[in-house]
Amino acid sequence: MSRLGTITRRAFLVGTAAVGGAAIFGTYVVARPHDNPLMNDLPEGAVAFNPWVKIDGESITLMTPHADIGQGVEHMQTVLMAEELDLDLDQFETSPGIPSAAYYNGAFAEEGAETFAALLPLPATVLHAMLSPALKMVGIQGTGGSTSVPDSWIKLRTAAASARETLKQAAANTYGVSVGDLKTESGAVVLPDGTQVRYQELAAAAASIRPVQNVTLRSSDQWRYIGKPTERRDIVNKSTGAPIYGIDQVVPGMVHAAVRTNPRRGPMLKHDAAPAQSMPGVQQVVEVTNGVAVTADSTWRAFKGVEAIDVEWGPAPYPAEQEDHWANAEGSFTDERFQATWRNDGDVDSAIGDGSVTANYRAPYIAHQPLEPLNAIVTVTDEAVDVIAGHQMPTLLRGVVSAITGHEQDKINFRNLHSGGSFGHRLEFENIKLAAEIANQMRGTPVKLTFTREEDFVQDFPRHLAVARARGAVSNGRVTAIDMDVAGAPVVASQMSRAGITLGGPDSQIVAGIFSAPYGNVENFRVRGYAVPDIGPTSSWRAVGASYGGFLIETFVDELIHAAGADQVEERLRMIDDPVSKRVLETCAEMAGWDNTRPEGRHVGVALVHSFGVPVAEIVELEQTDRGIKLHNVWVVADPGTVIDPVNIENLIQGGVIWGLGHAMNSEITYSDGMAQQTNYHAAEGMRLYQCPEIHVRTLENNKSIRGIGEPPTPPAFPALGNAIFAATGERLRETPYNKFVDFV
Amino acid sequence: MDLTVNGTQHQIDAEYDTPLLWVLRDQLGLMGTKYGCGIAQCGACTVHVDGFAVRSCQQAIGSLDGAEVTTIEGLGQPEALHAVQEAWVETQVAQCGFCQSGQIMQAASLLADDPNPSDEKIDAVMSGNLCRCGTYPRIRAAIRLAQSKMGA
Repeated sequence: MSRLGTITRRAFLVGTAAVGGAAIFGTYVVARPHDNPLMNDLPEGAVAFNPWVKIDGESITLMTPHADIGQGVEHMQTVLMAEELDLDLDQFETSPGIPSAAYYNGAFAEEGAETFAALLPLPATVLHAMLSPALKMVGIQGTGGSTSVPDSWIKLRTAAASARETLKQAAANTYGVSVGDLKTESGAVVLPDGTQVRYQELAAAAASIRPVQNVTLRSSDQWRYIGKPTERRDIVNKSTGAPIYGIDQVVPGMVHAAVRTNPRRGPMLKHDAAPAQSMPGVQQVVEVTNGVAVTADSTWRAFKGVEAIDVEWGPAPYPAEQEDHWANAEGSFTDERFQATWRNDGDVDSAIGDGSVTANYRAPYIAHQPLEPLNAIVTVTDEAVDVIAGHQMPTLLRGVVSAITGHEQDKINFRNLHSGGSFGHRLEFENIKLAAEIANQMRGTPVKLTFTREEDFVQDFPRHLAVARARGAVSNGRVTAIDMDVAGAPVVASQMSRAGITLGGPDSQIVAGIFSAPYGNVENFRVRGYAVPDIGPTSSWRAVGASYGGFLIETFVDELIHAAGADQVEERLRMIDDPVSKRVLETCAEMAGWDNTRPEGRHVGVALVHSFGVPVAEIVELEQTDRGIKLHNVWVVADPGTVIDPVNIENLIQGGVIWGLGHAMNSEITYSDGMAQQTNYHAAEGMRLYQCPEIHVRTLENNKSIRGIGEPPTPPAFPALGNAIFAATGERLRETPYNKFVDFV
Repeated sequence: MDLTVNGTQHQIDAEYDTPLLWVLRDQLGLMGTKYGCGIAQCGACTVHVDGFAVRSCQQAIGSLDGAEVTTIEGLGQPEALHAVQEAWVETQVAQCGFCQSGQIMQAASLLADDPNPSDEKIDAVMSGNLCRCGTYPRIRAAIRLAQSKMGA
C-alpha cells in the first residue's frame, strides 16, 4: 500500500488545503506584500524602506519582530541586517514593532512541508511552494519551532540590502554622482571624494524614491559579523538587572492582580471573597474564567489576598488520576485511534517475524516553568486595549484579547518584551486572557497580573504524554527492522484550540523525531501514530514531539544494536544514509574518543536525533559512584548549516543539552485528584549547577540550508543519558524521569 | 522601619511579614531583584544583607530594621560594572537572563568570602541558584574570570 493510502481522510483534507494556496487566493494577492506597519505613523523626513528598517534624521531603527525568549534572536536579527547595511553594532536602536501580518513567519511553511512530505506523494520542495502562499495569506507572526533563523536569514538581509542600495541611490541623486562610485561603511554612504554622509542625513531624500528591490546578498567571504563572535545586544542589561522583562514594567495608575483558577481546570463552583476583602491593600475581588482574581496595591498583597479566598472547585475535564492517563494512552493502539503511518520502508511485518526484540516506553507530562512567572499588564478603555508582556504569537494574541473585550483587532496594541525564558510556555495565552478579563471589568485602570509560581505550575499546559510499543529485528550483527507505534496526546490540536483555531489531520508531534531518523539503510522501518483521547490539555515544550521522540527511537535503537552485539556508533553509522548526519556522529565519536579506553568506572552512551532539520549527536560519559550516578562529560555535535554566532550557538547548545539532561533526570508532572502534584521547583527542578557535566560543543556546516538551534540539542540528551546508564549499570530505563529508577549525585 | 538600600536610607511602611523582595520591587522600584519561586528554591531574588547573600523572598521586612541591603543595581551599573558583572558580560553568560541578577549576587558574595574557591566550593555555593536556560558552564567560567580580575 502506498503511503498516501495509509493516511486518514482528514489528513488528506489538510494536505489539499495546504496545497491550495495560490489557487485559492489568486496569484496577484499572494504576490502583493502585506502593508508595511512602519508607514502607519511615519513622521515627515523619515523613511521605512520595508517593515524592518526605519531611518529618520536622528536615528536608525531595526525591527526585531521575532520574540527574544532568551535564545538571542533580537541580536541575531540585528546582526543579519547590520551585515548588509554596513552598520556598527552600536549605531542603531531596535524595536519588536507592532503585531503585523507583514512579519508572518515563512519558515513555518518549510517545517510543515517537510512534515507533510512524509505523508503525501510529493517532495517537500513542491509542498513548500504550495504551502508558502497560504501561510503568507494567513499572516501569523510567530516565534517557535526553531524557525527564527531560517525565517530571517534571506528576508532580513534582503531588507537591509534594499535599504543600503536605496540610501546609495538617494546619495547619488543628492550629490550628482553615480551609484556605482558609492560605497557604504559604518552607517554612512561614502562619496567618491571620501566624504561620509550619515544615513540619517539621507533619510528624507531616500523617502522620496522607490526602494531598490533588485539586490544581491553578500557572499560569505564578505561577511563582517556572520560566523564571528559578537557581543549580544542584551548582555549588559542582563548582567546589571535592567528592567527589561514584562514583570518589571510599571504603568502609572496600575493595580496589582493575582489569580487563583481551578487547579483541575474545571469550573469554580463557589467562593467566599470576604476573608480577602478585609486584608490590607486589597481593592477588589473579581471572577475570572474558572477562578477568582484579587487586585491590590502591591504584588505581595494581591498574592496574600487571593490565597485567603475560600473556593470550591469543580472536577477535572480529564482523568483525575495519573494511572488513568497512562491507561488511556496504553489503550490507544486501536484502528479507531490510528492517525497515520509516517514512515513505511520495506516490510517490517515480514522482516520481524517471530524473532523480534520488543520494548514498551513511557514519556511523561513535563512542565515548562521558565524562571519569569507569567505576567501581563492590560489596560482596557472603550476605545482601545493596551497589552504589555513577553509573547511568542503577537498576531494571535490580538485575536484572543479581542474575543474578551470586543475591540477590533487593530485597536489592540501590544508591546512585546524580553521574556525570562519560555521553552514554549509563552505560546499560550492564559496570562493574557486573565489579565484582559480583569481589566475589562475595571475599564480605564491598568491591571498588572503576576502569577505566583504555584499558579504557574498548576496551570501549565505540560509537554504531551506518550507511550510507545516497539518491535525490531537484528541479524548478523545488524539492525534489520524497526517498527515503532506511538500513542500520544494530540498536542497541536490542544494548543491551537486555545488560540481559537480548530485543526484536523494527523498530529506530526506525536511521532516527531522518530520518522525523521536518518536510518535509511535499515531496510524495514515503520512509524505509526495514534492519538490518545480524554487526556489532559498539553502544549509545545522545547523540541515538542521530538523531545520524547528522540528518547523513544534512540533508546530502542540502542537496545537493538545491543541485541545485535554490534558497536553502538559503528552500527549507527552503517544505518545512516544521510552524509550530513553521518559526519555529525563520526565527529562526535572522535571528540569523545569513543574507541579509546576510558578511565576506570566511566561509561558512555550515544544518541543521534534529527529534529527541526538539524542532526545532533551526543555522547554522555558518567560514573556510578556510591553517592549515585555522576555525569562527567557530554560531547555534542550539531549541523545547523551555517553558524551566525559561534558564542551564542555554543551557549544555546549547552543549554539545550542541560534542559534535556535535567528533565530526563528528575522532572515530570503527574495528576492526582485532577491536580498537578508538582507545584514549585522543589518537585521539578531540572539540573542544578553541581550536577552539570563538562559540555564540549562542535558545530559543522554541511547542512543544505540554515536552521535554528533552540530545540534540536534537547532530544538526544534523554537517550544518550539513558544509554550511558545502561552501559554503566546494565539496567535499561524505558521511562523518564530516570530518578524513579536510579539515584543521581 | 529604616532600611538602607544601595547606600540610600529608606523609611519602609509594610506588614512585618512582607518579604524584602516585594519591598524592593513594588515600593522602591528596584526591578533587578527577581521573583522566581517565592520559597527559596531558585535564588533569583538573591541580594546582600549586611554583606551576606540571602534570598530576599524569605527575609521578612520586619526583621530587617537598620539592615544594609545591596541589590544588583547597587553592585554595579553599566558604566561602572563590578568585576563579576564584567566577567558575566565578557563570558556572555546570559540567555534569558532572568536568573542572572541572583547568580551574580551569589557569585560576588562567594568571591568576597573566598577569593580563590575550589571547583567543589563553586559548585556547592552556586547550586541554590537555578538557571532554566542552562548557562551553568558559562557561570563557572565567568566566576574564574571574575576571580582573576579581582586578584589583578
